[in-house]
Amino acid sequence: MKPNESKFELNGDYYSTRFEPSGSETGDTLILNMGPQHPSTHGVLRIVIELDGEYIKKAEPVLGYIHRMHEKMGEVKTYMQYLPNMGRVDYLHALAWNWAYVGAVEKLTGIEVPQRAEYIRVITCELNRICSHLLWWGAYLLDLGAFTPILYAFVDREKIMDILQIVTGSRLTYCYYRFGGVSADITDEFINQTKEFLTDFKTRIPMYHDLVTGNMILRGRCEDIGILSVETAKQYGATGPVLRGSGIAYDVRKVEPYSVYDKFDFKIPVGQNGDAMDRYDVRIAEISESIKIIEQALESLPDGYHINPNLPDRIMPPKGEVYYAVEGARGKIGIYIISDGTAKPYRLKLRAPGFSNLHLFAELSQGTLLSDAVSILGSLDLVIPEIDR
Amino acid sequence: MINFLYNFLSIPLVHIIVALVAILAFIGLNGVVLVYMERKVAGFIQRRPGPYEVGPQGLLQPVADALKLLGKQLTSPMGADKILFWSAPIISFAPVVVCFLPIPFGPSQNSTGMELNLGLLLVLAFSGINVFALCMTGWGSNNKYSLLGAARAVSQSVAYEIPLLLAVLSIAFQTGSLNLSEIVSSQQGVIHWNIFMQPLAFIIYFISATAETNRAPFDLPEAESELTAGFHTEYSGMTFGLFFLAEYAYMIVVCSVATALFLGGWDGPFFDGFWWFLFKVYSLMLVLMWFRWTYPRVRFDQLLNICWKWLIPLSVLNLILTAFFYKTGTLKC
Amino acid sequence: MLKDISKTLIGLWSLIIGLKITGKEFFKPWLTIHYPRQEVKNLNTYRGHIELTGQEADPWVPKCVMCGRCAEICPSGCIHIEFHIAGEEDSSQTEKILIGVGVEIPFSGKKFVPTAKIERELDIFNLNYNLCSLCGLCVQNCPVDSIKFSKDVYLAGRSRQDFEYDLLKRLKKQG
Repeated sequence: MKPNESKFELNGDYYSTRFEPSGSETGDTLILNMGPQHPSTHGVLRIVIELDGEYIKKAEPVLGYIHRMHEKMGEVKTYMQYLPNMGRVDYLHALAWNWAYVGAVEKLTGIEVPQRAEYIRVITCELNRICSHLLWWGAYLLDLGAFTPILYAFVDREKIMDILQIVTGSRLTYCYYRFGGVSADITDEFINQTKEFLTDFKTRIPMYHDLVTGNMILRGRCEDIGILSVETAKQYGATGPVLRGSGIAYDVRKVEPYSVYDKFDFKIPVGQNGDAMDRYDVRIAEISESIKIIEQALESLPDGYHINPNLPDRIMPPKGEVYYAVEGARGKIGIYIISDGTAKPYRLKLRAPGFSNLHLFAELSQGTLLSDAVSILGSLDLVIPEIDR
Repeated sequence: MINFLYNFLSIPLVHIIVALVAILAFIGLNGVVLVYMERKVAGFIQRRPGPYEVGPQGLLQPVADALKLLGKQLTSPMGADKILFWSAPIISFAPVVVCFLPIPFGPSQNSTGMELNLGLLLVLAFSGINVFALCMTGWGSNNKYSLLGAARAVSQSVAYEIPLLLAVLSIAFQTGSLNLSEIVSSQQGVIHWNIFMQPLAFIIYFISATAETNRAPFDLPEAESELTAGFHTEYSGMTFGLFFLAEYAYMIVVCSVATALFLGGWDGPFFDGFWWFLFKVYSLMLVLMWFRWTYPRVRFDQLLNICWKWLIPLSVLNLILTAFFYKTGTLKC
Repeated sequence: MLKDISKTLIGLWSLIIGLKITGKEFFKPWLTIHYPRQEVKNLNTYRGHIELTGQEADPWVPKCVMCGRCAEICPSGCIHIEFHIAGEEDSSQTEKILIGVGVEIPFSGKKFVPTAKIERELDIFNLNYNLCSLCGLCVQNCPVDSIKFSKDVYLAGRSRQDFEYDLLKRLKKQG
């Protein structure tokens, strides 16, 4: 080959040439690439599918198109410098990742958080959860072909983003939590706007149910699709609404309560069959539960500092390791830090809930139609940047 | 002078040529108007303005779209079958012009392109040629997505022609002729409109029409989120424009036939004329657009289920009931 | 059989309810903000790039004491500071001390107590906004509140160099 010549492979690249089709009787299958650029894989996910007519015989996700080396960045940045990274891992529920990181370092160094800061963290994190679920709802319906509900969801989402902009200064990739509290105190404007928003939003949820949840066409697309049994879910380590849709009531906020969640009274919605409709119902019910938590938190908001006034100048945790988990919109977010006593972590491991949930797709989509595969992928609520980190 | 023109137009050859030119103009104008209407309706349902910047209230947006489509490069994928690939859009678009000929736009003799005794049959036959064009795109594009989309489109179109035909047949039974002008003239006065006589046939017809023209909720062949534009993935520029235009033109044909058969055509409470016809056609188009922006997509096997298990038995039942009532003299035409 | 039919009828009714909702929404007013005819109302909380605050007595001189915290804590290394010890007669000959990317500030672990008054003069304070992640760590960790957000919302440029700011010059222009 001459220096300026490039080899143009028509047969495929590394992954598609090594894809082993399942031995089928007819031997007449089509290998299709739901490529990295696709309107309905949320992010850059590539799935190599073997199709027999319209039925999927084997599906294999290929990751790594948006690997940004967050864990490596954790080893070369100091603890304080790493904070903005956490907003970018899963930009839809950025505050939960913020919380996991900040909580891990606080646990390691023994920094205390004042009560007011804890309540502020709860309120903002739950608002962000509602945001994330609304976007999931809109995007799921967009995959299924309904073009309007995403815009209705964005109306409410814009209001939440405006509210969160007041205290955090950002609309999407929040970097609001600090070690020992939050970065800025919440103002009266924030509290009033939140209360107004909640009253407004509660009148809009029935409209969402009318437009979509009861719709016969949607029920046909979601019911009995992608039934996830309890054993499979446990084997793959699924967490979050994916697990709760199959009937197991595992929510980190109830099972291993962190911060002040044991002071609030809320239920964990659980599905029965483990199909896509159950996962849908679980997420919509979680929105109502989040509203309840926010209302309770706003009522009992204590006075005090918004950040620990006696913070050390530099964060230098002692030697040791820590694991801290929070409940994100997609599942259990975990951060594992090994510190060797210096200003930078020795190892920072991010446990993304989407990573365990994604591999369910290969299992659940066997034998289904292509349209069902899209529905299953949507119901797993994946954000690929989180999976690839 | 007017007399001379009238006599001139009565010569069949001149009449047909003028009619064809007028139909082409009508289709072109419709393409422009409908693109704008669809985007505005979508915008309003989604609480946003829609096109706004190009021209006052965005009225020149379709012109900008047309210029864009005309200016794009016409490419074909590597390995595509040249003949199939390039002739498919033309075959998709050409029969539509013929389908407009028998439709009675107004009460006078001059408002119909060509008075045909088998007008209804002509419309149904020529709209079936679209299936052929779909096959050609799917195979000729050398693209797996297109193939899947075309396979779906073909089965959908072929399946839904049956309830369409059966629903239309009940009206033909009732009126006793397949001539569209005659069917319209038999529905003078609002209470005589066929929709009140045969509501079930109207519903079946409308659902089949939505499926025939690949409109939501039956737009699987063009499913953007699954198949990235389905059977017309590989087309760009004016070839895509032709498909687009053909789709809107088929929608107009289908709505016109619905108006002629069920809603009394050019008949109105006062001042009969072609304005009532157009008004009814565009109201039905509005309903079609309303459907598109409200419902998610129906899955493919459910789509065929609806056709085979619900629409065909219902339409057969409707036909039998019509025949029964007509025979026993209860239903006078 | 009857259950099937009743399920279908309920399903069809749900479709009509869906149509009613979109039909109602058709007549409601627009919710989008029509830029540039209208503007978003909550721009006071927008951050924008940072800029220096001047001293009360002398608005052209920044409050900055060149401690280097902002440059050290910035996750992306946007801030670049150069200063020299004042009081030298020929300041062009003195060694310029740099704080910024790649420069490690040694930390002994003990609190620093100055024995004599140190006068420093700021020469260069550059911000590379292309890398900024708007985290606000620099603003919050400045011990003398010398940095603030500029709230510069309508910012657009044509090249990467448009976003490399010389903040000292900007302060002099503003003061």
